[in-house]
Amino acid sequence: MSIGEGRMASTITSTITSTIILVSCLPLVSVVAGCGRAADMPGAVILHAGNGAEVQDLDPHMVSGVTEHRTLCALFEGLVNLDPRTLEPEPGVAASWDLSPDARVYTFHLRRDARWSNGDAVTAEDFHYAWRRILSPNLAADYAYFLHCIENAKAYNEGTVTDFDVVGVKVVDAYTLEARLEHPTPYFLGMQVHQAYMPVHRATIERFGAMDERSTRWTRAGNHVGNGPFLLAEWTPNAVIRVRRNPHYWNRDAVRLDGINFYAIDNLWTQERAFRSGQLDMTDDVPLHKVRLYRERDPDRIVLHPYLGTYYYRLNVTRPPFTDRRVRRAFAMALDREAITHNVTRGGEEPAPFYTPPDTNGYTCRHRIPFDPASARVLLAEAGFPDGRGLPPIEILYNTSEAHKLIAEAVQQMWKQHLGADVRLLNQDWKVYLDSTNTLNYMVARSGWIGDVVDPVNFLECFLGGGGNNRTGYASPEFDALVHAAYAEADVGQRLELLQEAEAVLLEDAPLIPIYFYSRKYLKRPEVLGLDPNPLGYIRWTRVTLRRERV
Amino acid sequence: MWRFIARRLVELAPTLLAVATITFFLVRLAPGGPFDAERQVQPEVLERLKDHYNLNAPIYRQYLDYMFGLFRGDLGISFSKPSYTVTELILLRLPVSLELGAYALLVALGIGLGAGLLASLKPNSLLDHAPMSLAMIGICLPSFVLGPLLLLMFSEKLAWFPVMGWETPADKVLPSLTLGAVYAAYIARLTRGGMLEVLSQDYIRTARAKGLRESRVVLEHGLRGGMQPVVAFLGPATARLLTGSFVVETIFWIPGLGRDFVGAAFNRDYPLIMGTVLVYAVFVLVLNLAADIAQAWLDPRVRRA
Amino acid sequence: MLRRRKKDALADAEAGTSLWKDAYWRLRKNRLALFGACVSCIVAIVAIAGPWCSPYAYDEQDRELGAVGPCAAHWLGTDLLGRDLLTRTLYGGRVSLLVGIAATAVSLVIGVLYGAIAGFLGGRTDAVMMRVVDVLYALPFTITVIILMVYFGRNFVLLFLAIGAVEWLTMARIVRGQILSLKEKEFIEAAVVMGLRRRRILLRHLIPNVLGPIIVYTTLTIPNVMILEAFLSFLGLGVQPPMSSWGLLIKEGVETMEPFWWMLVFPSVALSVTLFSLNFFGDGLRDALDPRMSKD
Repeated sequence: MSIGEGRMASTITSTITSTIILVSCLPLVSVVAGCGRAADMPGAVILHAGNGAEVQDLDPHMVSGVTEHRTLCALFEGLVNLDPRTLEPEPGVAASWDLSPDARVYTFHLRRDARWSNGDAVTAEDFHYAWRRILSPNLAADYAYFLHCIENAKAYNEGTVTDFDVVGVKVVDAYTLEARLEHPTPYFLGMQVHQAYMPVHRATIERFGAMDERSTRWTRAGNHVGNGPFLLAEWTPNAVIRVRRNPHYWNRDAVRLDGINFYAIDNLWTQERAFRSGQLDMTDDVPLHKVRLYRERDPDRIVLHPYLGTYYYRLNVTRPPFTDRRVRRAFAMALDREAITHNVTRGGEEPAPFYTPPDTNGYTCRHRIPFDPASARVLLAEAGFPDGRGLPPIEILYNTSEAHKLIAEAVQQMWKQHLGADVRLLNQDWKVYLDSTNTLNYMVARSGWIGDVVDPVNFLECFLGGGGNNRTGYASPEFDALVHAAYAEADVGQRLELLQEAEAVLLEDAPLIPIYFYSRKYLKRPEVLGLDPNPLGYIRWTRVTLRRERV
Repeated sequence: MWRFIARRLVELAPTLLAVATITFFLVRLAPGGPFDAERQVQPEVLERLKDHYNLNAPIYRQYLDYMFGLFRGDLGISFSKPSYTVTELILLRLPVSLELGAYALLVALGIGLGAGLLASLKPNSLLDHAPMSLAMIGICLPSFVLGPLLLLMFSEKLAWFPVMGWETPADKVLPSLTLGAVYAAYIARLTRGGMLEVLSQDYIRTARAKGLRESRVVLEHGLRGGMQPVVAFLGPATARLLTGSFVVETIFWIPGLGRDFVGAAFNRDYPLIMGTVLVYAVFVLVLNLAADIAQAWLDPRVRRA
Repeated sequence: MLRRRKKDALADAEAGTSLWKDAYWRLRKNRLALFGACVSCIVAIVAIAGPWCSPYAYDEQDRELGAVGPCAAHWLGTDLLGRDLLTRTLYGGRVSLLVGIAATAVSLVIGVLYGAIAGFLGGRTDAVMMRVVDVLYALPFTITVIILMVYFGRNFVLLFLAIGAVEWLTMARIVRGQILSLKEKEFIEAAVVMGLRRRRILLRHLIPNVLGPIIVYTTLTIPNVMILEAFLSFLGLGVQPPMSSWGLLIKEGVETMEPFWWMLVFPSVALSVTLFSLNFFGDGLRDALDPRMSKD
């Protein structure tokens, strides 16, 4: 027995000892792992930025999200940059450009001193290669359609044309690039800041795989080559991306920061806590309920400005009672937008009486959906549902989020009160929600659209009959004809007039109920300068500075 | 003994195979596809993506291909992080979760054993109720409340610890406490129950009657029998601790595997789900086996049976 | 004469001190457990009856009012849409308790049946059935629950069926283990030797002895399920609004605790008090009914 005891005691001791050894070794492992990280010079000015969801990849042709765009803007530079205040085009890799009289051919004159982060020159060939790459069918890039305004690009992308020479991109000489478009596209220059148009370094891509091969290792720190103001120093997935000054960047003297650390923090509350404790200099968003608190107590640490996007409800026009236009209009008119932005969201959002955000490239819709419960009840009665009698239960579908939930609960109450409708809520996780809206398996669904470029057509074309982003079953020949006419119209004023008519048709038909125009909200320390508010949320990292008092 | 271990190890393989098979089909049953996005991907692009990831093949074919890959040690490429293989992602994140889990285990054992032992000395007295109540906090308050509360107190008010990260030793205190608290409650409860039973046994009475000091009776004789249920519990519990906790890793922003469990499931990242499930299954099975072996070692009766 | 004496002795041996009487005495000594039982009952009664006594409906909004702290009109304050938090907490208690009890019941039925069948039949059947449990045990709970919830999420009933379907494994193991070891026990052998009929053995000896651990484990499963429900709410997979549960209220509370502390404090206290009392009651029951049962 005593022997047994002894052995038993020693087992416990040895278990505990080995646990202690194991545990005490672990920090050692992380120290060793941390050794590879480039140490910053003392006094280096590093911006610590909260960056929301994890970046999927650092290949500009493989990604589509906002967080990726923000990060890639530090690592790459397109032909044209935008002035962050006015969103007017400014020289980027292209020092200047010409537009042909028929507004269909752009000729870009590249600067001679643009360099990749390994010192190679950036040439017209690089852009030609990059555009060929994103359009190549095998790469299956989500955002290839962004280049479809280029002549024959769509056909090449879809594989119906295999010869890239027929696509409207031409290398005139090493520093001159010509782009021929399908039809006049006033926002073509604006699109150049988008990652889909960014150049990639051919030798690097091909060192790690074929041109159109997905998922190669070229985007890892150490392999990555970009042409932006910063270069990639470290990428730890789910944690941090560190970028540091690119010594070869043509405009390196204008860059004020020594580096940026992008922290992938998808939990807004964690991000806000980190900001409050000083671990972050800026965040990418603010929790809904913190907005009011910051506005009251700390107004110089919160930034709120209009954002090019609309929050709206989709109505499934293939499912009764929303097959009836009068019912759709009644529901649209019984929704009190003011009450939602004023009492529920409270984050500086503007109520949306129409769909395209106001002043989008000089366009503000003239048609409005009023908040008019009395007329709404009349319409509903005409449709055969006096005081909501006979209406089937209406189900509002939204994807999981505190804000969507609150808004849906408020709307539920409004429709109950004003129309006598029996409204239920349905919360689904993101992928199920997408599946339900794609297959029209819903009645009312929460939605939103954030503009990719500052142009009303970017919003309106979503509702073209049969379009992938329509998801309402709505198809109106009249609306489609107006949008297509606007595509072909070269005259700017006439084009906007056509879009006005199109949006009026859309709002009358009401396959959607606009609720509010987004506002962009984030936290930043007063020391962070040069983040000019603009409706795209576009950041020119070269302009950003950090005035930090060192103790 | 060795034959027992060998037999159990051999039995792991079919279990793992079954786990992989169930998961493979289960994840494909969930509505919503991996490439569904707010901005719908063009149909042609979607088709090519599915081809690329072998999602257009008949399901049995996909299954066989995956299994062959698995035997070669190839877990595939993550859908949501296209330039990383699943193996790479797991190797990056598992060590973090292992470290967090190890600290949490220490916390759980420290609080749990301490409270349980103390409580068992004088059952139904204040000495029983007070430590047990304290130890129970972890299972009476969801960890997504406990974590922020600890942060509020120790990071924001007292500024003792950073609010997020996983680099300095100070970063690691609050997450380990939060995660350990849940398991401390179970361990305390099991220790108390086990000790109560053992301390009422004849051989303990004999030991006391012989005039041994109470501390020796409890620690040397009592602990041995009383630890058995704890050891049995520690098998699966350690597996769960070491493979990461979604809540704790989210709140404290720790780049561990726990976030992937949930993230991969929500993103329908099939290869990453498979990878994390298999890692978890291996941990559960191996640690369960380890717990059984430890128990057999502690108690010859179990060994014989 | 001899036969009569044998019969008496048999009756005596069988009766002994009743297990239940014994347990009752042990439980009565455990004041904390009794306290836990009382509190659990009070919480259940208040949660069931409370919403009827409240002047507010759980989904009645006062958007102009918004979130206000505790006051005379709203004893626990209101939430962001101006809904009475007391009413919502009481109502949420109903839902949480219902989920806890229903999911536990599901796991109880599956677990006991499965475990008992495996234990009774023994041999190869038992081995296969337990291997299935091993496989399910090795599936990570989080992923299984998420996929089940995603699948059944539209329906409240299916929601706790899904939870119950994941929770039954431990119950099955406990029941099987008990049945197996009871089959070997002297008193069962004695009962057999004494010539008692199988049915009598089953009803008077096997079932009561398994019932103890089952009851204990059931009491401890309810708080587990309630915590699980809270976790699902954290993931956004809980009950559908405007219905609420403690988990959902607490999740909202954590997110809004900075300015609106009451939204976190009151639902958390409600949940914690309930879980504390249920856990202590369960532990007390365990001490009383089955000091041997220890594997959680």
